[in-house]
Amino acid sequence: MKAVKEEPNALGIETVDPDEVKQTLLAKVPTKVARKRAKQIVINKTGEDPEVPEIGANTRTIPGIITQRGCTYAGCKGVILGPTRDIVNITHGPIGCGFYSWLTRRNQTRPAGPDDYNFMTYCFSTDMQESDIVFGGEKKLRTAIQEAYDLFKPKAISIFSTCPVGLIGDDVHSVAREMKEKLGINVFAFSCEGYKGVSQSAGHHIANNGIFTHVVGLDDAVKGGKYRINLLGEYNIGGDAFEIDRILEDCGITVVSTFSGNSSYDEFANAHTADLNTIMCHRSINYVAEMMETKFGIPWIKINFLGAKACAKSLRKIARYFEDAELIERVEEVIARELPEVEKVAEEVSRRCEGKRAMLFVGGSRAHHYQELFAEIGMKTICAGYEFAHRDDYEGRKVLPFLKVDADSRNIEELEVHADPERYRPRKTAEDMERLQSEGFRFKDYDGMMPEMMKNTLVIDDISQHETEKLLEIYKPDVFCAGIKEKFAVQKSGIPMKQLHSYDSGGPYAGFRGAVNFYREIDRMVNSKVWKYIKAPWQESPELTARYACD
Amino acid sequence: MLLRHTPKEITDRKILTINPAKTCQPIGAMYAALGIHNCLPHSHGSQGCCAYHRSTLTRHYKEPVMAATSSFTEGASVFGGQANLVQAIDNIFTIYEPDVIAVHTTCLSETIGDDIPQIARKAEADGKIPPGKYVIHVNTPSYVGTHVTGFAGMTKAMVDYFAESAGKKINQINIIPGYVEPSDMEEIRRIAEVMGVRTVLFPDTSGVLNRPQTGKYDMFPPGGVTVEALKSTGNSQATIALGQLASGPAARALDSKCKVPCEILDLPIGLKATDRFVDTLRRTAGTDVPDTINIERGRLLDIITDMHQYFYGKKVALAGDPDQLIALTEFLVSIDMWPIHIVSGTVDKDFQARIKEITQYVPHPVNVGIPGDLFLLHQWIKNEPVDLLVGNTYMKYISRDEDIPLVRFGFPVLDRIGHGYFPTVGYRGGMRLLEKILDVLLDRQDRDAKEESFELVM
Repeated sequence: MKAVKEEPNALGIETVDPDEVKQTLLAKVPTKVARKRAKQIVINKTGEDPEVPEIGANTRTIPGIITQRGCTYAGCKGVILGPTRDIVNITHGPIGCGFYSWLTRRNQTRPAGPDDYNFMTYCFSTDMQESDIVFGGEKKLRTAIQEAYDLFKPKAISIFSTCPVGLIGDDVHSVAREMKEKLGINVFAFSCEGYKGVSQSAGHHIANNGIFTHVVGLDDAVKGGKYRINLLGEYNIGGDAFEIDRILEDCGITVVSTFSGNSSYDEFANAHTADLNTIMCHRSINYVAEMMETKFGIPWIKINFLGAKACAKSLRKIARYFEDAELIERVEEVIARELPEVEKVAEEVSRRCEGKRAMLFVGGSRAHHYQELFAEIGMKTICAGYEFAHRDDYEGRKVLPFLKVDADSRNIEELEVHADPERYRPRKTAEDMERLQSEGFRFKDYDGMMPEMMKNTLVIDDISQHETEKLLEIYKPDVFCAGIKEKFAVQKSGIPMKQLHSYDSGGPYAGFRGAVNFYREIDRMVNSKVWKYIKAPWQESPELTARYACD
Repeated sequence: MLLRHTPKEITDRKILTINPAKTCQPIGAMYAALGIHNCLPHSHGSQGCCAYHRSTLTRHYKEPVMAATSSFTEGASVFGGQANLVQAIDNIFTIYEPDVIAVHTTCLSETIGDDIPQIARKAEADGKIPPGKYVIHVNTPSYVGTHVTGFAGMTKAMVDYFAESAGKKINQINIIPGYVEPSDMEEIRRIAEVMGVRTVLFPDTSGVLNRPQTGKYDMFPPGGVTVEALKSTGNSQATIALGQLASGPAARALDSKCKVPCEILDLPIGLKATDRFVDTLRRTAGTDVPDTINIERGRLLDIITDMHQYFYGKKVALAGDPDQLIALTEFLVSIDMWPIHIVSGTVDKDFQARIKEITQYVPHPVNVGIPGDLFLLHQWIKNEPVDLLVGNTYMKYISRDEDIPLVRFGFPVLDRIGHGYFPTVGYRGGMRLLEKILDVLLDRQDRDAKEESFELVM
């Protein structure tokens, strides 16, 4: 286990005492709230102990605090299933939930041809009315599925439950089963009511369970490719997955399925034929990787394509797994071809960005991964935190055995998965796995964000608007990263703000070309002239030098 | 094609809404509440509602949109949201210190039957509401009405909670601007000011959702109608409400609560509706219309005169909210354009009749879809193509597939700026709308012209 990096005064924040900052953040809030928040605001230092400190995470959001978090429906429909183009996703509920999750996440998709399915531009909703709340909405849902089928003849239809559905007791799963039988296509439902869990994270889990239960494993045909992997937890925001696909293809690695950027139903159905699961976003997708390992024998590894060095490291890790000289050589060739150009830009951009300071409060893995990109242009991450991650994403998977299962987590089903009697096929022998591990290769492991952050950085889970404003005031960072809701309050404070959910219409930022895009984008932002124009000339020097001509 | 699965053939669809031309009540309530000075909107439900509304409003305005949530969990959904709301009220007043918390409900809290006034009384009894501070509320279940009725509801709540009548009228007129942009609210106020009329405009999101970059962020900016001004609405001479659906309920509530007589007009979009607004303002306040306004009117008229050939007989498809569509349709008809497909997801009982009346002399059949969705609108367009689309950003997918120019108008506009700053109401707003329409129509003519008929002067 890595200890916290000991780099006193390396943050450019030496004048700021993190303990004092923490007290400032807590000073104004009611005592009970302060007690809770104190556990979620951690100073990344350990003293004698080489381990990172414990952080409170995945706990209930404090009402009224002004949180960044969204809901379970958003995590399930919006994040995990939203990027799949050929499933008709029907939102069962009042109109809003379907409307707000309609095309707003920038998951790019590229159907193979002009006649292929692409429903991502559509929003389907049962548009529940008051009478449905009173009398139940199952009949309406059935009709909606029938109408969708009649109009589009899709290969699959899925149903997403919104808050009232669970409360009035509509049995979406039985409607799905019934319609599946009737229509002869796959129809499945998600009980992803917004109130479940404490954040969108619960929705990820529910989506993982649903897609694993209803789709993964339906198509056993082993398609071509020598090195066959799944890319899990990559959502193709701004075309990230396209860039990763390009690199992997160059290396001769076949992506059997991506969960779920630029994905299709058939890829999910076939995912269990891959020989390795690689995980980008640990938080949102580790469940499906775990289940595929148990049921089908596919090992998983954590990788990260954000940051050129991380990208190269991840490619090497995949090649190492396959233990094939040809692949290892090919990967080295690709890295050798791609990296110099990226490093050239990094060096050029570093001249203007070196030493500048970033804060990242976003998602469940992005706040970690993007630190790599900042580091490559000489920028330091001085505070970071996740919106909906769990302790393992902060402190590493070593804490998993010690996580308390609270009432909110217990509400989310843990599927009981067993080895498939016919299809379980260990991809490597136990001896090979052991040998690889003894050589330092790490399966199903993730160290989390905190061990890689420097000493005295502040790590804050589920940051509030109040805390955000205080941090900006105290540290005056050079760039702040979060989501759309935070964006303009930060920029109004005179600090550039980069959205790391939607990328502000930019990207891709993954892979080698993505790294170059990101360096240039951050360079543009932190060195923008606009910040120099905030004061008008008469505000800069208000003194009068002459009297009005007509006076 | 981006909407490749939309068939030309229109089949009967009873339940499935596809590509809605509406969204849910709470977002309208949140938008209206942002138009109160020193007010934090609060969403009583799952935190996702609040996140979605803030995100959508933020994308539309490119401005900070602050609001809090009760963050329901499964427990709160079973046992009721009282504890969550009381705690939220305490946290909000302690940490953010607004004057007003404007609570709106959601489908979740409505389904379980949370009683907001009772919870607010409990918060008060527990000492969680500091003296001189307010918690107001509106019921906005998402399974009733749309974003428009949510806006109307919160606007009416401002009357219900604040309007007082002291028995003595003061020299001012209430104007309820409707579900329009901050720029529109600013313009409506300017017109009244130019005419020398003292007004209380509510809600008023100008100065809140079109703020300047100053390098300093204030959660509660200078804009918004003050509580004091809202209280005084009960003593005003009269109320002019713009937009039947969005402003009617508040105007009528003010009439019955404080006996302030009201006139409910169409939104002042276009020549004739602005004429009616200005004339009503003149008559109600007993003032003259100054030259400034006459000049603006004359300029709008001048553009219509000069560019009439480009408007004449052009077919238009529109989607949006009833108040806007009524005024806009009238404007288009007044310049001899043909609005032939009109869709709204918001039900308004008088809508169909009003549109029929306005379009009765349009020499073409007119399709009115209410409630309708953009899928239906697209199908109509496939069957009877148009020259121009007017509607929100989601219409750009139809625009691209069918190669028809789009003027962005309504909510939400996620991909262009301007609506926060430049009005479409009043004569000046009419000029801007015409400029936008002409820009896209003439660009199209330029693009499609044969080389020999490519015009320098248009």
